Amino acid sequence: MKITAELKKSFYIALWFILLTFPIMVIRVNTIEQIVIWRWVNLLYVGIGSFVLSFLWQLFLKKKSRSVQTIGTKPSPLRRLLYEPKFNRPALVVIAIFTIIFPFIFSHYQVNIMTTALIYVMLGLGLNIEVGLAGLLDLGYVAFYAVGAYSYALLNYHFGLGFWTLLPVGAILAAFFGILIGLPVLRLRGDYLAIVTLGFAEIIRLILENWNTFSFGPSGISNIPRPGLFGIKLNSEQSAIYMYYLLVIFCLLAIFVVHRLKNSRIGRAWNALREDELACQAAGIDKTRTKLTAFALGATWAGMAGVLFAAKTTFINPASFTFLESAMILSIVVLGGMGSIIGVVIAALAIILLPEYLRVFSDYRMILFGAVLITMMIFRPQGIIADMRKKYESHKTSGSKIKGIDQNG
Amino acid sequence: MNYFGELFFSGLTRGSIYALLALGYTMVYGILQLINFAHGEIYMIGAFTALIVASVLTVKGFSSIAILVLAAVVAVVYSAAYGYTVEKIAYKPLRQAPRLSPLISAIGMSIFLQNYIMLAQTSDFLPYPNLLPPIPLFNRFSNIIGPSELSIVLTSAILMILLTLFIKFTKTGKAMRATAQDKEMAMLVGVNVNRVISTTFIIGSALAAIGGILIASHTGRINFYIGFSAGIKAFTAAVLGGIGSIPGAMLGGLVLGLAESFATGYISSDYEDVFAFALLVLILIFKPSGLLGRANNQKV
Repeated sequence: MKITAELKKSFYIALWFILLTFPIMVIRVNTIEQIVIWRWVNLLYVGIGSFVLSFLWQLFLKKKSRSVQTIGTKPSPLRRLLYEPKFNRPALVVIAIFTIIFPFIFSHYQVNIMTTALIYVMLGLGLNIEVGLAGLLDLGYVAFYAVGAYSYALLNYHFGLGFWTLLPVGAILAAFFGILIGLPVLRLRGDYLAIVTLGFAEIIRLILENWNTFSFGPSGISNIPRPGLFGIKLNSEQSAIYMYYLLVIFCLLAIFVVHRLKNSRIGRAWNALREDELACQAAGIDKTRTKLTAFALGATWAGMAGVLFAAKTTFINPASFTFLESAMILSIVVLGGMGSIIGVVIAALAIILLPEYLRVFSDYRMILFGAVLITMMIFRPQGIIADMRKKYESHKTSGSKIKGIDQNG
Repeated sequence: MNYFGELFFSGLTRGSIYALLALGYTMVYGILQLINFAHGEIYMIGAFTALIVASVLTVKGFSSIAILVLAAVVAVVYSAAYGYTVEKIAYKPLRQAPRLSPLISAIGMSIFLQNYIMLAQTSDFLPYPNLLPPIPLFNRFSNIIGPSELSIVLTSAILMILLTLFIKFTKTGKAMRATAQDKEMAMLVGVNVNRVISTTFIIGSALAAIGGILIASHTGRINFYIGFSAGIKAFTAAVLGGIGSIPGAMLGGLVLGLAESFATGYISSDYEDVFAFALLVLILIFKPSGLLGRANNQKV
C-alpha cells in the first residue's frame, strides 16, 4: 500500500525529469550547418534513472528522519574504531606501516597521486583552521596556495634561492597575505566574507594571468627545481619518493599543530568566535587578533602546500589556482566534518584518490563530484566524521571538596 | 565625448544584465539567507534552451519574430522549472541545517549542472544567433549604442519595473516581503512559506533566463561555463547593492557594469574582473552592508 504510493510518486517525478531534461538531453544542434540531431533514447535513460533514484531518495529521506529520533544511543562502529584505544592503536600501527612502505610496493604513478592527495590533506587542514575552527567562510583559500607556489617559483627564478630557504618564505608571505585579506574583512560577516575572499582569490589569479612581466602570464613557470637532499643527486623516481616522504612529514606536522591549536587558548577563542561573535567579545576575547591569527595560521599551511606543490610538479601556471580548487578544498573540510582532523584527512584522500582510480568514468567525474556534494550534505551534513569537542568532565571528588569547603566556611 | 557615451552605454548594457541576475541572488538570499551558487547555471541553461529551440525552429523555417517569442517563452519556462527543481532537491531538505551545508550543496549543484550541459551538449563554444529584433535608431545615436544594446537596456528596465510593482502590490509579493522579514512569523499569520520560496526561485530563474538570452545574443557565443563568471559578477553586484535588497541589486548591477566599462575603457581591458572585485572590496570596507543594505543589528 505504502510502497505503491511511493512508486507512484517516483513515477511522477520521473515524468517531470523527462520533461525537464527533454531539450537538453534529446536535441543537439549544430548551429553552423543547421542540423538538428534527435537523441530519443536518452529520454529512456533519464526516465529509468530518475525513477530509481527518486525512489531511493525517498527511502533514504524517510530513513534519515527516522534516525534523527533515535540519535545518540550508541556510538557508530566507525567512531569506536577511531576513538577507542583498543581499536585505534592497532589501526594506527597498520596505517603507519602502510604509509612507510607505500612507495616500495606501489608504482611511481601511484606515489605521485598519493603525494598530490597529501598536498590536499595539508590544504584541508589549513582551511579547517579558518572554516572549521574559527567559522570564517573562506571561498578564496586557493589564493594563499598560489602565493606559496609563486613565491617559490619566482624567487627561485630570479634569485636562485633553494627549496629549504623558500619554504618558510612562502609560508610567511602567505601568512602576510592572510592578514592582508583579513584586515579589510574584519567587519564583514558570513556571506560578505565569503564573496570578498572569493574576489581576492580571483584578483590574485587574474594578476598572475595578465601581468606577464611579473608572473610569465598563462604559460606559467617551468623548470622549478625539486627540493635537495643534502646535495645528493636524485633521479626522477627517487625524488618522487623523496617528495612523498616530505609530504608525509609535513602532514604529520600539520596534524600535530592543528590538534594542539584546537585545544589551546586560541583554539577555544576561535570556537567561541564561530559560535557567537558578540558573546565572544563580551567574554573578553580580542576579535581582531583572533580572526587575524585564524587567517594567518590557515594561510601559512596553504603557503607551504603551495611551495611543496611547485616543487613536486616543477611547473605552475595560474590555471591551477581557480575557484574550483577552492571549492574542492572547502568540500574536503565540509565532507570530512568541520573541525575534525581525522575527517579532513579521510575526505582529502577520498576526494583526490577516488576520481584518480575511477578513470573509467573520467567524463563523469565532475558530475559525480557535484552529485556527491549534494547527497552528502542532505544525508550526512555533519561530514564523514563529526568533530567531537574536548570536554572537561567534572569529577565527583572535586565536587565533594567544594561542598566540603562550603560547609566549613 | 563619443567614446564616453559608448562606454557609458556598454556599461549600462552590462549593468542591466548583472542587475537581472543579481535580482535572483538577492531575492533568494533575502528569504533563505543562502547564496544560490547554481543561479549562474540557470542563466546558462536558459541561454542554451533558447539556442536549441531557436535552431530547431530555424530549420523548420519559422519567421524571426516567432522564433524570438517561442525561444524566449520556452527558455523562461524551462529555466523556471530548473530553478524550482534545484530548490526542491538541493535546498529544501537543508532548511534546518547549519549555514554551510546549503552553500556546499549549492556549489555541488552548480558543478553538476555545468557538467550536465557539457556532457549532454558540448564543451565547445557555440555561435549564438542574434535573436533580438533590430530597432531603428536615430542616426546620431547609432555610433554610440547598438540596437541589441538598446533592447537589452529596455527589456531589463521593463522587467525591473514589473518586478518592483509585483513585489509592491500583489498578494504574493506581500507574502514574499513578509517571509523575507521573518519566516516563522509569516508562517504564523498564514503565509505558505514553501510556496513563497518556490515562487522566488521561479521568478529569479525566469529573470536569469531572459538575461541569458539577451547577453548570449549580444556576445554571439555560448558554452557551458558562461554561467560561472556571470554568476559571480552578479553576486558581486548583489552584495555591492546590499544583499537582500531588490533596489540594491538593480543599483549594484548598474554601478558594477558602469565601473567595469569605464575602467576597461580608460585604464586596461586585461583587468576587467580585477576592477569589479576591487570595487566590491572598497565599498564593503566603507559600507559593510552594501550600498542600500540595512545594517541589521546582531543579537546574541
